[in-house]
Amino acid sequence: MSNVPDDLKYTDSHEWLRLEQDGAITVGITDYAQESLGDLVFVEMPQVGRRLKAGEACAVVESVKAASDTYAPVAGEVVDTNSRLAEEPELINRSPYDEGWLMRIQPDDANALESLLDPEDYENVLADAR
Amino acid sequence: MGQHTPLYGKHCEAGARIVDFAGWDMPIQYGSQIEEHRAVRRDAGMFDVSHMAIVEITGARAQECLRHLLANDVAKLKEPGKALYTCLLNEQGGVLDDLIVYYLAEGRYRTVVNAATRDKDLSWIKIQGERFQVQVEYRADLAMLAVQGPQAREKVLQVLPSELAAAARALAPFTGLEREGVFVSRTGYTGEDGYEIMLPAAAAPALWEALREQGVQPCGLGARDTLRLEAGMNLYGQDMDETVTPLESGLAWTVAWEPAGREFIGRAALLAQRSAGVQRQLVGLVLEARGVIRAHQVVRDDGGLTGTVTSGSFAPTLGKSIGLARVPVDFGRRCEVQIRDHFLPAQVIDPPFVRRGRVLV
Repeated sequence: MSNVPDDLKYTDSHEWLRLEQDGAITVGITDYAQESLGDLVFVEMPQVGRRLKAGEACAVVESVKAASDTYAPVAGEVVDTNSRLAEEPELINRSPYDEGWLMRIQPDDANALESLLDPEDYENVLADAR
Repeated sequence: MGQHTPLYGKHCEAGARIVDFAGWDMPIQYGSQIEEHRAVRRDAGMFDVSHMAIVEITGARAQECLRHLLANDVAKLKEPGKALYTCLLNEQGGVLDDLIVYYLAEGRYRTVVNAATRDKDLSWIKIQGERFQVQVEYRADLAMLAVQGPQAREKVLQVLPSELAAAARALAPFTGLEREGVFVSRTGYTGEDGYEIMLPAAAAPALWEALREQGVQPCGLGARDTLRLEAGMNLYGQDMDETVTPLESGLAWTVAWEPAGREFIGRAALLAQRSAGVQRQLVGLVLEARGVIRAHQVVRDDGGLTGTVTSGSFAPTLGKSIGLARVPVDFGRRCEVQIRDHFLPAQVIDPPFVRRGRVLV
């Protein structure tokens, strides 16, 4: 069973988001996503400062098996990326919700998160996927 | 739902992720694909390859038939148990499949062909075999396990019946033997030592279990692919198919030109290609930057010659990405691989990348 922490927001393309104190959001891929992809071996990040539209492909995570796009859950500006993943992409497998985070985005609209999935909704997405 | 091998239940018990492969529900991985890969390079891993088709060709003229059908020459197989790797070609020299053929006894050969090409191969062999009056039998009653790695042979020998184990211990590479319906050969698709074992379907789960008790790591199709790629072995349908010949696929060594009088299917086309000059070759790539080479990406050398990646992945033993690419024969020794909108430097090498656990590039 995949882990779905109850303090996060989700997308149906298997990203998670956490609203930070400073108003930025941290984005990563879910436990289900990392498990489906298998061993992660490479991550291509967007440049810090890049402006993203909601739903735009913004990072590529590659496992031994395949490359997979990650989509911006909200519109905004990339303010940080997880530099550790260059050397240790397996952090995503080991710790998808913590050390394996991908990037931080400063959202254009602070209310944008409201339209995203709650943990229960995401559990339903997973139930349908099985 | 796809077809199930006799070991399907074992895969599910072990928590395998199951995927469709040529109509079969097969394990792609049990846990970490990289760990499975490493188990084979360092210790021992096992693969259920029962989806591959075991096809027997029997009859007084079986040798004559296979000398006509196959690009390599089964007349090289002088003693029972000897094996040969070969391509099955069409009249144009295109590769219909690649296979291993074992000489079992006078008038009796066993081939192992790819799952995806089984029906095509069977009907081709039957049609071509008609005038040799051979029987062509698909042995769906057998299962097949590959046990590979530096410790694989020792672990297999622990679990085989003692008489079979004693005989199997003495097997030279690329030979096999049969005892009471169990066939053991010293062959594989990983670049490591090991055995492949063909046995009655009903006996396969107990062998699997016994090997697990010896600490043999179950490995899925994912690890099988990265292991064969590191070993520089082609995957049919990806690195070669009917549109290319063995001469364009790094497999010229498998074409037996001598004796000149042997008229195998595709010979005339290959001879014409050879005398006109082979235009393309299959080369190895080692990526010198971070990223992952994938099939269908474009490669370009300093002189502007271009080619296409046929297989690419992350190579766990090298810790970087490698691939195979079909390129012009005068392609340079350095190139760039286009990965999305990046052009990343790669070294062009002659496969294999890894053999018997050792990195060669």
